[in-house]
Amino acid sequence: MLKISLDRLDDFFARVASEQSLYMPVDREDGQAEFRKWTEGSKLSQRLNTVRSAKDFFFPQTENLVDFKIQGKNIEVLDTREECEDFAVFGVRACDARSFSILDKVFLCEPVDSYYKNRREHGVIISLSCTRPAETCFCTVFGIDPVEPEGDISCSTDGKSMFFKVNTPKGEEFVKKFADVFEDGDPAQLEKMKEFSRNVFKKLPLANLSTDSFGGDKMMKLFNSPKWAELSEACIGCGTCTFICPTCQCYDIRDFKTNDGVKRFRCWDSCMYSEFTKMAHGNPRVSQLERFRQRFMHKLVYFPSNNDGEFGCVGCGRCLTKCPSSINIVKVMKALEVEE
Amino acid sequence: MQEKMKQRAKELLADGTVNRVMGWKKGEFGYDTTPAVFRSAEEIDKYFVCDDFTNSNLSKLLVKESKKDGVILAFLKPCDTYSFNQLLKEHRIDREKVYIIGIPGGPKLDAEIIKSKGITGITGVKNVNYTLVIDTIYGEEKMPFYEAVSVKCKSCKSKKHVIYDELIGDDGDILESDRFDEVEKLENMTSRERFDFWQRELSKCIRCNACKNVCPACTCEKCVFDNPKSGIENKAVSDSFEEKLFHIIRAFHVAGRCTDCGECSRVCPQNIPLHLLNRKFIKDINSLYGEYQAGADLDTKNPLTDYSTDDCEPSIVHERGVE
Repeated sequence: MLKISLDRLDDFFARVASEQSLYMPVDREDGQAEFRKWTEGSKLSQRLNTVRSAKDFFFPQTENLVDFKIQGKNIEVLDTREECEDFAVFGVRACDARSFSILDKVFLCEPVDSYYKNRREHGVIISLSCTRPAETCFCTVFGIDPVEPEGDISCSTDGKSMFFKVNTPKGEEFVKKFADVFEDGDPAQLEKMKEFSRNVFKKLPLANLSTDSFGGDKMMKLFNSPKWAELSEACIGCGTCTFICPTCQCYDIRDFKTNDGVKRFRCWDSCMYSEFTKMAHGNPRVSQLERFRQRFMHKLVYFPSNNDGEFGCVGCGRCLTKCPSSINIVKVMKALEVEE
Repeated sequence: MQEKMKQRAKELLADGTVNRVMGWKKGEFGYDTTPAVFRSAEEIDKYFVCDDFTNSNLSKLLVKESKKDGVILAFLKPCDTYSFNQLLKEHRIDREKVYIIGIPGGPKLDAEIIKSKGITGITGVKNVNYTLVIDTIYGEEKMPFYEAVSVKCKSCKSKKHVIYDELIGDDGDILESDRFDEVEKLENMTSRERFDFWQRELSKCIRCNACKNVCPACTCEKCVFDNPKSGIENKAVSDSFEEKLFHIIRAFHVAGRCTDCGECSRVCPQNIPLHLLNRKFIKDINSLYGEYQAGADLDTKNPLTDYSTDDCEPSIVHERGVE
C-alpha cells in the first residue's frame, strides 16, 4: 500500500502545492479549524473537523454567474465562466466526503450545473479517516464508514505513516503525478487500528440513532406532526445550520448593479430566512415553524423520496455544535420517532 | 437551585398565576441546553434544567410569548433582566403578561472552550468544587471550572436583578467590571492595526445572522437586512468590505440600547468578538454623555435619543479621530 512517513508529510504538501493549489484544514487563532490554501509553514490541523464544510470548494457561498454590459439600448451578455484550474483538497473527513455524492445528485442531474461541474472535475478529494470522533458524530447512522472514507483517495494513519488508498481514476492520476514521493508500506498495523476505531464509533452516544421513522413514504404523517410547534419554538431563524451544513444546497440568484451593467450572482440561501423562496405572491412559508420544518423534511423525507432513499444528512454534527439554541436534526429525529 | 426553581414553577402553574413557564430544556450531552416553554408539571419534572450551561438570554423570546394568552413565568439571570427592562422601555414586552423570577447568574460555561482543550466524546459535565469533571467516551477528564467560563460571563457587569417579581437566591451587586479593557487595547492600536484586526475577524463572517436574530436589541418587525427591497439584504457578500459594513451598521442600530448581554459573541459560529464593537459604543457614550447603562431602569433617557444643551458637539469626532 502507498504510504508517506508522517515526518515527511509536510514535504509532500509542499510538493503538491508547487504544482497545483492545495487546501487543507489548519488551526485558526481562535482554536477552530478551517480549510486554507497551503502556504509555506502551513500545519495540518489535528482537530476533528472544520467550522465550514468542504462543500465551499465546489459550491461557494457567492459566485458570479453572468455579466450584462449595458451601452445605450444594447445589452451584451458576457459569459464569465473560465476553465477551473486543477486543485486538491486534503483532510476531508468521511462525512464531508459523502456530502459530495449528495450534492452531485442535485447539481449534476439534468440540467447540469456547469459551474459546479467545472470545479468538481478539477478538484481531487483526498479524504482522511477518523480515529477520535466527537460525541456529536453520527455519520454511521447514514451508512458512512468513517474509517474508510470516500473520496478520490482516502488516507489513514497508523501513527507512523500516512497510507493512501486510491479509489477513482482521478485519484490514480494524482498518485501517478507524485509517484516519487510515495513508498510501499505494510498496512498490517493500520488494519488493527481501523478495527479499534470502528469499535470507538460503536460507543458514540448517537450511534444507535434510528432512521426507520423517516423516508419518502412517511411524508404526510411527518409533515402534519404536532411536534413541529414545540421543536421550532426555540429556533431564532438564523442560517447557521444551513451555512455550516455540508449538504444544504439551496441558493438564490440576484442581480447586482454596477456602473455600466449588471452582475448576476448566486449565493447560498437558507430555508430559515423569512425571504426564502419568496415569489411574486409572497412567501409560501410564512411562519418559522414552516421554515424549520422545511429543513428537516428536506433532509429526512423529500431528499430520500427523490433519491432512492438516500438521506440528505451525513451526520457531521456541525449543527449540533453550532446552533445558538442547541436544537438540531438529532433532537428532531428523536422527537418525531417517539411518536411512531 | 434547579430543584427550588422547578418547585416554584409547579406551584405557580398549579395556582393559576401563570399558564406557561420559560426556562431551559436538557440536551443530549449535558451541555446543549435549549430555551423552552413548559406547560405542565410533568414537562418540568422531565426536561427542565438550570445549570452551568443554561447561558442563553430568555428575554427576547418574551416579546413573542407576551403576545400570547395568559401570564408566562420567566426565569431571568441578572444580565437577562437588563435586556428585559430595555425591551419594556421600548414597549416590546407586555409587563403584565410576564411573571419574573430572578435567579443568580453565572459564570456560565461554554462547551466550545472545553472542546478546544482537546476534550471530546463528552457525555456529561459536573462541577465538583470548581473543578469540571467531564465524562467522555474516552474516559474521565478534568479541567478548572474558571477556564471554561464563556466570553459573555468573563467580564460580568452586574449580579443585580434590575426587575423581578420574586427572587430565588440572593440579589447581588453591580460589579466593578474590566469589560472595557479589551476595547482600550483596540483603541491603543494604530488605525492600520485596528483595521487589520477587524478585517481578520469580520472576514470569517458567514452572514448567518445569528448575532442579529439572537440580539435582544434587534426586535424590528422587519429588519432591513431581511428586506429584499432594501438592497442590502443578508444573503451575499459582494466584497470584503461589506461584511464590516453589516456588523458596523448593526452596532450603530443598537448603540445606546445594547445592554452588553454578550449573546452576539456567544452564538457566533465563527467566534468573532462582536461584543467588542458594541462595547466600544457603550464606552464612548459613557465618556461623551456620562455613565449610562441601557436597561438599568425604565426612566433614564437614552443619551443618543435625548438632547441637552451641554451635549458634545459633532466636532468631537474630528478631535478624537486625530492620531
